[in-house]
Amino acid sequence: MQGAPGIEVSPFVEPAPAATYSEWRLIWRSFRQDKLALIGLAIILVFILGAAFAPLLTPYPEQGRGDPNILEKFKPPSAAHPLGTDYLGRDVLARVLYGGRSSLSMGFLVVVIAVLIGVPLGAIAGYLGGWVDEIIMRATDVFMAFPSLLLALAIASALGAGFTNTMIAIAVTWWPWYTRLVRSQTLSLRERFFVEAARSIGLPGHKIVLTHVLPNVMTPVWVQATLDLGSAILISAALNFVGLGVQPPAADWGNMVSQGRLYFIDRPWFAGAAGAAIFLTVLAFNFIGDALRDAADPYLRRT
Amino acid sequence: MIAVQAPSTEDAMQTSQPLVKVRDLRKHFPVRRGLIIERQIGSVKAVDGITFDIAKGETLGLVGESGCGKTTAGRTILGLYPATSGQALIDGIDVHHSNREAIKMLRRKAQMIFQDPYASLNPRWTVAGIIGEPLRVHNILPDPQARAERVKELMLRVGLSPQLINRFPHEFSGGQRQRIGVARALASNPSFIVCDEPISALDVSIQAQVVNLLEDLQDEFGLTYLFIAHDLSMVRHICDRVAVMYLGVIVELAERDELYEHPLHPYTQALLSAVPIPDPKKDRSRQRIILAGDVPSPLNPPPGCRFHPRCPIAMDQCSRIQPEWREVAPGHWVACHAV
Repeated sequence: MQGAPGIEVSPFVEPAPAATYSEWRLIWRSFRQDKLALIGLAIILVFILGAAFAPLLTPYPEQGRGDPNILEKFKPPSAAHPLGTDYLGRDVLARVLYGGRSSLSMGFLVVVIAVLIGVPLGAIAGYLGGWVDEIIMRATDVFMAFPSLLLALAIASALGAGFTNTMIAIAVTWWPWYTRLVRSQTLSLRERFFVEAARSIGLPGHKIVLTHVLPNVMTPVWVQATLDLGSAILISAALNFVGLGVQPPAADWGNMVSQGRLYFIDRPWFAGAAGAAIFLTVLAFNFIGDALRDAADPYLRRT
Repeated sequence: MIAVQAPSTEDAMQTSQPLVKVRDLRKHFPVRRGLIIERQIGSVKAVDGITFDIAKGETLGLVGESGCGKTTAGRTILGLYPATSGQALIDGIDVHHSNREAIKMLRRKAQMIFQDPYASLNPRWTVAGIIGEPLRVHNILPDPQARAERVKELMLRVGLSPQLINRFPHEFSGGQRQRIGVARALASNPSFIVCDEPISALDVSIQAQVVNLLEDLQDEFGLTYLFIAHDLSMVRHICDRVAVMYLGVIVELAERDELYEHPLHPYTQALLSAVPIPDPKKDRSRQRIILAGDVPSPLNPPPGCRFHPRCPIAMDQCSRIQPEWREVAPGHWVACHAV
């Protein structure tokens, strides 16, 4: 068939292919024009790098891990201790850097687990419909009927304190939001003609979900996940505050605030430093998430 | 419910070896109510007993107003919807009662071109992926290199520059997208294509191009089309035979010229009288048949002949007895008591 005589090439074809942009390129081009988002990105990078390279950045890594240094306790910020020392004489900067390892990784892992559970369930519920949909969505209703902090608190206390248990507890309260989001997107996609076209070609259902449905629902999921990172860190800090989560002497921003609250009036620096770290990360994730949401929406996208 | 047609009817309808046989096909969508205990309170009779053949290499037009069930008919014939009853055979394969293997074969042989070229292409896939999908699904060309070559051939054939193989659908115009849809439908070398209003969403200037393309492809590959449309002049241009649908049933079926020149069913007459004539004098002098009222709900179609509440020549029996589907002249079928 190739080279058959009389082949007409449509006159509407553009002759020279110009550069073509993928959606993520377009999102990035819009995102990078948002100053707040770039500030947010910078803050997050500072915290991540600080947590990752904590042993290299502080002269007191053993204090960051929890070794007390009673003689130096309650020192206000100085050249030797830029953020002062806490009630056991530990360098607060080192504690904040090490605490970031717990707080940031818990936030990320919670969202990753929630996405991994929620997204497939939502796609299955939306695509199959019927009683499968009914069962999955009623399950999400059960989880969403409880205030998520209370539910996480109850699960974490039932499982016992500790990093892994707390992470599981928060993730369990979180996945239904992704299930709902993905299900609603899938419901509208399912009726789109290109999904029907795939069916008429003979593509089996699970492959339709994997190749046609999921790639088209993931953009809002990434946006939601970014916004949720801040909230997940906040909730994990709350659980750490009440004593679940990582156990002293290990550092977490939540338990640092908790330990510092008794001395906050006279010596605000060590609860304040941890609080500021929580505040800045949550704020930064919100800036990033908002910008991402606008950038992902073709109608709000800046060019 | 299968093959309720009398044997004589069956014989008479047989032209030269039909590729597609549809026998008393019905598709009802249940309407349910109730939150926990669902009750079926009725059904939308979208397709309620249609029977026809399509010969190899033929184009059968299926026309009717919006909501008459033409699109549902096309999809049920391809098995995208399970049939409520009746039978559809495509090249000997029973669409609704075959094993997995046969259905897989059917998905190669029968394809569909969709109405909306904006919605029928996955926005995240390149043209290479979209047109190559049938080749990949059916393992026709597992090698990516060979597949890309074949996709380029197909693009050239439908009038797209093969250079555009790595572009995304949003970079194309409506007409170009529909060409991509056509190329995808052609990829697995099908023998039967359901064209579901393939040109309704396009500009008039582009419509002719796509229709000409479909005609060329039919000549080249011996394709058989079921051409669903509501544009009667376009149907007259492309189709060999035309079936007129009203509220889930076919009321008249005839050779194209026969149908357009001697419409027998009052609904067909009314439809044709609405087609504009490009001659103002003639247009003014002809008689327009304007139907009273709206199409009744397919949830509760009128008894007897479905057209009787709007029919200008309805008789007493029309509201009681469903008219028989009979051949009044060679190849001219109609369901009306008055004919």
